[in-house]
Amino acid sequence: MSAPPGTRVPAAVVGPGNIGTDLLAKLARSSTVEVTAMVGVVESPGLDRARAAGIAASAEGVDWLLAQDPLPRIVFEATSARAHAANAPRYEAAGIRAVDLTPAHLGPMVCPAVNMPDHLDAPNVNMITCGGQATIPIVAAVSRVVDVPYAEIVASAASRSAGPGTRANIDEFTQTTARAVEEVGGAARGKAIIILNPVEPPMIMRDTIFCAIPGERWDDATTTAISASVHAMVARVQEYVPGYSLRADPQFDPPRPEWGGRGRVAVFLEVRGAGDYLPEYAGNLDIMTAAATRVGELIATELLTAGVPA
Amino acid sequence: MTRPEIRNDVRITDTTLRDGSHAQAHQFTEEQVRDTVRALDRAGVEVIEVTHGDGLGGSTFNYGFSHTDELRLIAAAREEARTARIAVLLVPGIGTADDLRRAHDAGAEVVRVATHCTEADVSPQHFGVARELGMETVGFLMMAHRTPPEDLAKQARIMVDAGCQCPYVTDSAGALLMHEARARFEALVAEVGDEAWVGYHGHQNLSFGVANSVIAAEVGVKEIDGSLCALGAGSGNSPTEVLAAVFDRLGISTGLDVMALLDAAEDVVRPYLHRWPKMDRNAIVQGWAGVYSSFLLHAEHAAERYKVPTHEILRRCGELGLVGGQEDMIIDVALELARGREQG
Repeated sequence: MSAPPGTRVPAAVVGPGNIGTDLLAKLARSSTVEVTAMVGVVESPGLDRARAAGIAASAEGVDWLLAQDPLPRIVFEATSARAHAANAPRYEAAGIRAVDLTPAHLGPMVCPAVNMPDHLDAPNVNMITCGGQATIPIVAAVSRVVDVPYAEIVASAASRSAGPGTRANIDEFTQTTARAVEEVGGAARGKAIIILNPVEPPMIMRDTIFCAIPGERWDDATTTAISASVHAMVARVQEYVPGYSLRADPQFDPPRPEWGGRGRVAVFLEVRGAGDYLPEYAGNLDIMTAAATRVGELIATELLTAGVPA
Repeated sequence: MTRPEIRNDVRITDTTLRDGSHAQAHQFTEEQVRDTVRALDRAGVEVIEVTHGDGLGGSTFNYGFSHTDELRLIAAAREEARTARIAVLLVPGIGTADDLRRAHDAGAEVVRVATHCTEADVSPQHFGVARELGMETVGFLMMAHRTPPEDLAKQARIMVDAGCQCPYVTDSAGALLMHEARARFEALVAEVGDEAWVGYHGHQNLSFGVANSVIAAEVGVKEIDGSLCALGAGSGNSPTEVLAAVFDRLGISTGLDVMALLDAAEDVVRPYLHRWPKMDRNAIVQGWAGVYSSFLLHAEHAAERYKVPTHEILRRCGELGLVGGQEDMIIDVALELARGREQG
């Protein structure tokens, strides 16, 4: 039976850093998810911010969280891959759904606009990367129209928005994003590039997607259909990332010998953050928290529809 | 970690087959690589860089696809080199540690890890892998004009602490005037002391590549880049054959055979040039406005496609503060300029 209207699913945010705090701000507006706890491992400004917002916050880690009654039904993990790897089995044992914003990649990679309905019952889902959340919807929009033998994404972010974790293991970004371009986006082969730019004032996150189009499918009907599919997908992502926009219509370049006889569509995006806690230019971080919020809400709706145990 | 031995006053690294890849639109053939490596090796060049212009993994829509897989070119270069060692470029964010392992397997013995001049902290992962593989390491601090000497020195320190044996003042835009280059050389030499060497990579956009190389040698920079026929991005690099001749006149030893390099430039490289890099309007704008030299051909293509002037695209790229690797933005800039023209 369905839950009564107005019921929200209790959730916790683990990791009270910038991402966790921004997530908290977004989830505060949710009609389906209610954050009841914020968890860290040391006292921090993030925990203080949560308390100021009236949320129970603890520096005692996941031990504290799992001792709560009632338990949250969803946990958003914004810690590190190592911490999430340690915590994830405990969440699952306690029957808590995990939305993983770390690079741990224990569960299926999800993008709310593309494949979340396939994974609504997964105990653990992974939010890929910021560049992945921005670009994979476009690859998917193209691959719905035509086979994409190769797709390449270029993510440019303000230096200030790239934290030490990303910097210490930048290969993790490029490799994970490339794999998700294939597995979630639907390209036969994926490539990802990330560029950090220190210009002041900081640049707003930009993403470019290049998809190869088979030469034998190159005609006006195909390019028109791709363009329509891209525009529809952008509208879909805008439902949860209002600052996600096309810089120009998709650009089509006809097949060339040096492209192996394939044509190319290029899509240019800007991702402006909502400016909740993170600055507007940090669209790369905003799209992660916005997408995680959306994923949490989809899980919550599923849980509510299935019936919340009394 | 120790500095590699340098037998002469300065050691020239030739990048015809890497930076030159930009000017050749990444269309090098195996035969061209073999011929060039043989000629450079014969002339006494100790380090020869062979990679896609944008480094390992750079063969893409964004930067241009390689005619021949770079691993094949690296392996071919390794076969031809009797004494020279083969270097590869790796730009974290474009290439990965796995690309580096494959390049090492193909015969590369030196890696040059390149970051924007303020972003050295994306490089330690790759220096770590390079040292595990036993490779000699160089760190490219690209677009070195974009940060002051003391900050550049701090970035060099990050690289050295991560295992870099020679941080470079990399003037990707060919924008450094002589006093600006000198200040950066001095800051880096003072910072790294005897822990590492300091290097210089110049472009000719404002014609300072060779002049800055002379200043570099005077203030203790030990590794200097050149390209035969200046073959490189923008108006090209400091010509290897000119560097050899100038250093010979100055009595600064390089171990290079000037006549053999002149022959290599004239007889081997010149016949295959798509274009002889020159200081034309577009390339000068790159040095003047501080634009990544590799943007040149991409801006020319976008200019033709969207009917806007190349030099306007490049100036706008400078205004926006674009950095190396943001070649996709050139199309975006061209689209913006084209829209402005329609409305105007």
